[in-house]
Amino acid sequence: MNLSLTAGVGLKPQHFGQAQACHDDGLWFEVHPENYMVDGGPRLAWLEAIRAVHPLSLHGVALSLAGASDPDARHLERLAALVERFEPALVSEHLAWSQWGGVYRPDLLPVPRTSEALARVVANVGRTQDRLRRRIALENPSHYLAFEQHEFGEIEFLAEIARRSGCALLLDVNNVFVSSNNLGGSAANYIDAVPGELVAEVHLAGHSTDPLQGPRLLIDSHDAPVAAAVWALYERLIARIGPRPTLIERDENLPSFDELMAERARAHDVLAAARLPETA
Amino acid sequence: MRSSNLAAFQEAFARALLAPQRVAGTDAAIDRLAAQPGFAVYRNTVMKGCIDALQANYPAVARLVGEEWFRAAAAVFAHHALPQHPTLLDYGARYAVFLESFAPAAELPYLADVARLDRLWSEAHVAADAPVLDPAAVAALGEPQMRQARLVPHPTARWRWFEQAPIHAIWSRNRACDGEIGELAWRGEGALLTRPFGEVLHCPLGRAGAAFLDACAGGESIHGAVVVALDVDEHADFSALISQLLAAGAFSALGRRDNGV
Repeated sequence: MNLSLTAGVGLKPQHFGQAQACHDDGLWFEVHPENYMVDGGPRLAWLEAIRAVHPLSLHGVALSLAGASDPDARHLERLAALVERFEPALVSEHLAWSQWGGVYRPDLLPVPRTSEALARVVANVGRTQDRLRRRIALENPSHYLAFEQHEFGEIEFLAEIARRSGCALLLDVNNVFVSSNNLGGSAANYIDAVPGELVAEVHLAGHSTDPLQGPRLLIDSHDAPVAAAVWALYERLIARIGPRPTLIERDENLPSFDELMAERARAHDVLAAARLPETA
Repeated sequence: MRSSNLAAFQEAFARALLAPQRVAGTDAAIDRLAAQPGFAVYRNTVMKGCIDALQANYPAVARLVGEEWFRAAAAVFAHHALPQHPTLLDYGARYAVFLESFAPAAELPYLADVARLDRLWSEAHVAADAPVLDPAAVAALGEPQMRQARLVPHPTARWRWFEQAPIHAIWSRNRACDGEIGELAWRGEGALLTRPFGEVLHCPLGRAGAAFLDACAGGESIHGAVVVALDVDEHADFSALISQLLAAGAFSALGRRDNGV
């Protein structure tokens, strides 16, 4: 568990200069490694400059760990090269698939939670951790579909993957909120049931309502500030499990760096308050 | 699900993502998933991801045709050519070829070539870093050495000659957000893109310059490349051309000719 990291921010090219110059206590930055899988050029130079002054997290979106095939060998090699070069504090991926049949779909596609899928994800996480020579964290997805094929509950499934593969969990609190809204169930009960010792990182993001379905279908759109209900779930989580590196994620409707840092400060304060009893 | 059903599930789910809505597939369980309102979230996200990537990779095309037209055309392209791997910076290598045969683009015959320059910019942006050849090293060469030495193109250098239209001028005006649309001299014009230090640079390139760089890339000696380029344009000023190319950072090193002659 990395206790020196408090709250971090998803790093966007528009904010590179301010991110580099900012020195807030416990600050770190997260990027999608897919955007840096290049032979050379300014992107890698920017990331080097950020890494020189801040801890970094690599949050993959495309390893397709829930796919019915091995992780793409070329993609895994490029990820390994970035891990070696940038020595990130955190590395994470998703319980999702995207690559199949020689095609990549830019989304995090859902998987039925079956025994077969469990064995497949465990094997794929194992391959990934073996190649990267480190533990990764696996993120819970946002759900939009009710599956009749599930054999496991989500927490049970994730915990079993972690137990068998040795991976950690990345708990996305907004995904829990969105999924509970869309499929029914209590987000608070989910948050209370997650095994705290497995959580290595937490994500917070904004969501939106589906333009056709309205509030009964929420989209994990990362295009708005973190919602009040998600902050409440986050505070509930941290009060129970203690401080964890927490990311403010924003991918669309990008606000100013200062606005993101204001949200980041709120998460930092929650973490600092949770840490007080340890240091008292 | 029975064992080995995961692959069948993905196959059917992937097919349903691109199928017209409310068209039944071959898998009843997938049809029931695709009938839920939430299935559209996946359809939309996949298409949006592809279209956003194309718009990011082809900004001059997008500015020429407008966002609405661009996104409609990009959706047609994406539907038939999803990315083959997750590095979306590389997505749409065949977009220019697609535009050539895309009927609504017929009124803009230069659009595909503008797309080619957007693509060359992306390639230059992510190509490997390398030192730039010092012009003094070339200035020091004598006539006999010019017949043995070759100029090695920089890994970031990209160039192309366009016979039909002033593509570099059209492209650069639309690539810059504040591009001026003034009088254009309507003649063929090529482009050279380089990335000697941080950002990608570009300049117009004549027919002889493009032929010279092609010959250098093909392994010709400096002398041999000049001969090739003179064939294309007998009035070319090679002293000025080579100075321009060196100043732009088009070469990374001097090598020995390797064209087997």
